[in-house]
Amino acid sequence: MNILALIMGLLAAGIAAAVSERIHEHAPRWISLIAFVVALIYTISAWLGAGSGTEEYARQVFPWIPRFGIQIYLVLDGLSLMLVALTAFLGIVAVVSSWSEISERHGFFQFNILWVMAGVVGVFSAFDLFLFFFFWEVMLIPMYFLIAIWGHENRAYAATKFFLFTQISGLLMLFAILSLVYFNYDATGVMTFDYFELRNTSLDPGVAWWLMLGFFVAFITKLPSVPVHTWLPDAHTQAPTAGSVILAGILLKTGGYGVIRFAVGLFPEASQDFASVGMLLGALSILYGGYMAYSQSDFKRLVAYSSIAHMGFILLGVYAFNEIAMQGAIVTMVAHGFSTAALFMMAGALQQRLHSRELSKMGGLWVLAPRMGAMTLFFVVASVGMPGLGNFVGEFLALLGAFQSHVPLTIAAAIGIVVAAVYGLSLMQRAFQGVPNPDVSEIEDFGAREMAVMILMMIGLVWLGVYPQHVLNLSAPVIASLGVVGL
Amino acid sequence: MSLAWVNSVMPQLVMTVGLMVLLLVVAFRRSHALAMTLTVLILVVAGALIPQSIASGGEEVFGLIRLDGYGQFFNGLFLLAAIVTVLISFRYLEHRASNCEEFYMLILTATLGAMVMAAATHFATLILGLEILSISLYAMICYPQEGRLPLEAAAKYLVLSGVASTTMLFGMALIYAASGSLSFSALGQPIDSQGDNYYWVGQGMLIVGLAFKLSLVPFHMWTPDVYQGAPAPVTGFVATVSKGAVFAALLRYIVMSDVLSNASVALGISIIAVGSMVVGNLLALLEKNIKRILAFSSIAHVGYLLIALLVVAELDDPGIARETTMVYLAGYFLMTLAAFGVISALSISSNGEDNEQLADYQGLFWRHPILAAVLTTAALSLAGIPLTMGFIAKFYLFAAGVQGTLWILLWALVIGSAIGIYYYLRIVFTMTQSVATDGSMRAYVAPKETVVTAGVLGAALILFGVYPTPLIELVRGLITAFGA
Repeated sequence: MNILALIMGLLAAGIAAAVSERIHEHAPRWISLIAFVVALIYTISAWLGAGSGTEEYARQVFPWIPRFGIQIYLVLDGLSLMLVALTAFLGIVAVVSSWSEISERHGFFQFNILWVMAGVVGVFSAFDLFLFFFFWEVMLIPMYFLIAIWGHENRAYAATKFFLFTQISGLLMLFAILSLVYFNYDATGVMTFDYFELRNTSLDPGVAWWLMLGFFVAFITKLPSVPVHTWLPDAHTQAPTAGSVILAGILLKTGGYGVIRFAVGLFPEASQDFASVGMLLGALSILYGGYMAYSQSDFKRLVAYSSIAHMGFILLGVYAFNEIAMQGAIVTMVAHGFSTAALFMMAGALQQRLHSRELSKMGGLWVLAPRMGAMTLFFVVASVGMPGLGNFVGEFLALLGAFQSHVPLTIAAAIGIVVAAVYGLSLMQRAFQGVPNPDVSEIEDFGAREMAVMILMMIGLVWLGVYPQHVLNLSAPVIASLGVVGL
Repeated sequence: MSLAWVNSVMPQLVMTVGLMVLLLVVAFRRSHALAMTLTVLILVVAGALIPQSIASGGEEVFGLIRLDGYGQFFNGLFLLAAIVTVLISFRYLEHRASNCEEFYMLILTATLGAMVMAAATHFATLILGLEILSISLYAMICYPQEGRLPLEAAAKYLVLSGVASTTMLFGMALIYAASGSLSFSALGQPIDSQGDNYYWVGQGMLIVGLAFKLSLVPFHMWTPDVYQGAPAPVTGFVATVSKGAVFAALLRYIVMSDVLSNASVALGISIIAVGSMVVGNLLALLEKNIKRILAFSSIAHVGYLLIALLVVAELDDPGIARETTMVYLAGYFLMTLAAFGVISALSISSNGEDNEQLADYQGLFWRHPILAAVLTTAALSLAGIPLTMGFIAKFYLFAAGVQGTLWILLWALVIGSAIGIYYYLRIVFTMTQSVATDGSMRAYVAPKETVVTAGVLGAALILFGVYPTPLIELVRGLITAFGA
């Protein structure tokens, strides 16, 4: 598989979409949709085409800036492949969910969506630390534009806050990357940003701890985890639907991916020393996110806080340092991508119809829009953690593994599942059940386009919930290669 | 004695002769277009002679100037900046001055002064170049005949720059008294212990004078007013050529004279650097005038660049310091000129004042997408975001700082950049918002050649941001070819 071609293709499609607006108003969204469908088919065919036992689906290396030993080094292993496929899929969801929402500047809108996703694919496949940082930032700017231009009433604040949080934590990571490269250069005399080379750097434990912290802060800001989560509710609430779908579905996963691949992968010993802090932050995020979600009256804000809670399971699972928990974290990443994307799509659809995100302006909507009601019920139940659906598998495995390393924190985190049921069902109750709101007499139900995407996501969640082995097989070799499991 | 040195100074000679030709042409036939074309021609010819001049050896001529790869690289940058300034000034001046032709002579003299400075290895040439540059700038700043602001800016610049020059001269005199030499390489140490105090006081005054010209904190007070008052193309010229020349000379002086081996000098410069990064960025937060924002941003940028200078004391080989400075300033030139190119393009028809308030830029993305894209690129580049050359430049500083283990300065760089992102982003955000519909926004006609110039600069920023290798190879080739 040619990853560089995939990234370049998405970038080129972005430019084509921006230009095509001159030809026809609706051309951009078709270009965008086709690009993501092609990307998804391409990725999946690479997966199916590889024999069982394959650990690496693609590897490309080109020189880029030889002065500093920087290469365009792209590798697709199981974890990367799965996340790239998720990216392409959520690209389709994002395009469909904003099909009729955006009323102006279609070309630039699709341009930004395609460029964010190109950056994300790069993040998931870069194995040169400079290249990784490059893509890390490339996905930031278009996302900023999506919020700043097409966002809701308070977009200036939300967009700036999002950018500042990510950028400042990114600077810390850049600092850590360069220091790591320098220490490696000092020891070996070779300047390189190669992930596999840098993993072998012998570091003083104190230094390693600080460098690990630089990466860790950048990644948990993106994830996000308590206490650096405050940008997320604002960004989600203000972003247009497609922006929320991308943000929750895939951008948060880059944080989880970074923790696994870089914070843990580059500094295994330092990360193990840090494990109790990681698990503590995870458990705190689960409880705090759940508590805050329950007290929200804004549909999108509620889902945003629930994301913080779900992301807590990723931290908990990764820092438990055993294979089961790590698998749980990875399954949670994929499952949360589906379930939250669907809920944000729902929030966007409701806002478009009711011109409000306030739960108090909803109520009894099931009667008016039964298809929307049923879909919401399904994804709320999935996100609550109903057995048989993907989120359950992820959270259950994470808790099961975490229980072996730290019992009190795991118990605290498990309480979070109960909290999830409370806010999830309360969301359902307030929006779709109960006394119909007298101000809402008629709303348009989901059409075939929306339903098609929703059903695809349902299939994804059921597949993950009933037979997660596909995903587990993909991630198992990656976890083994980290060399930290079972310690 | 061979005549190889004539070849070396050919670009400077072409500038001098060209200046006289332009003078004569203007004396006989006043034509704005002709003067402009001739100026561009002179600058291009001088630029074209640079490779040949580098090839002829880069020896020290009369012990006054050395035309090595380092100096000639900067000369190339100055010529490029001068060409850009000429192109973006053309329409701008037409609306503001009745006699535009002399402006181009001033650009030529200012550039010549900068070229002398970048090659100076002797106090005499340093001060000569600096004064040629500064005196031309006074006139350029107040060139438009209408408006009070340019005059105010020129007067401020004249007085403060004069004070800085005299401080420097006094410092040089003290150094001469103590060391008996005016040549950079011979004044490493005072002759005897009696001269010690004179010597270091002199060094201090010299550095203070240069810090004035570089508008480093705490000698930065003049910068925002001058940036605001000067016509936009001239502001771009001041921000790039004037600062670049002073910095190039300062680095050469530091490397050749080895003054940084004195710990208190290094400490003093470190404090100035941290102060500039923090204060420059903080003050920019308070501004709503885009020229003033860029003024404070330039203070911070020169503060960042001092990291490259301080690396000289930590490493034996000054190559990394040179390399970082050259790459950083190349990037800084491109992004600053792109930003001022856009401001100039939008200020053509606004009589008197420039379109320089942030509010004037609201909805630029929808009113003029190309200029908005260029200004966005420039702003993101100044903020050091990847995909743009500003990131490569900042990356270089990080790499140099890490190698020199200047941890405190690097933290200041992180904090300064973090603050900086906020105000650069505010410029970008303003441009993305919808145009005000109440008719309060001033109309503008952006002339083609200005838009094209700005567009080329913006494209270069992205190109070198994505693939900087050619530039890095060029810079490294120039450094290794000449050694220390």
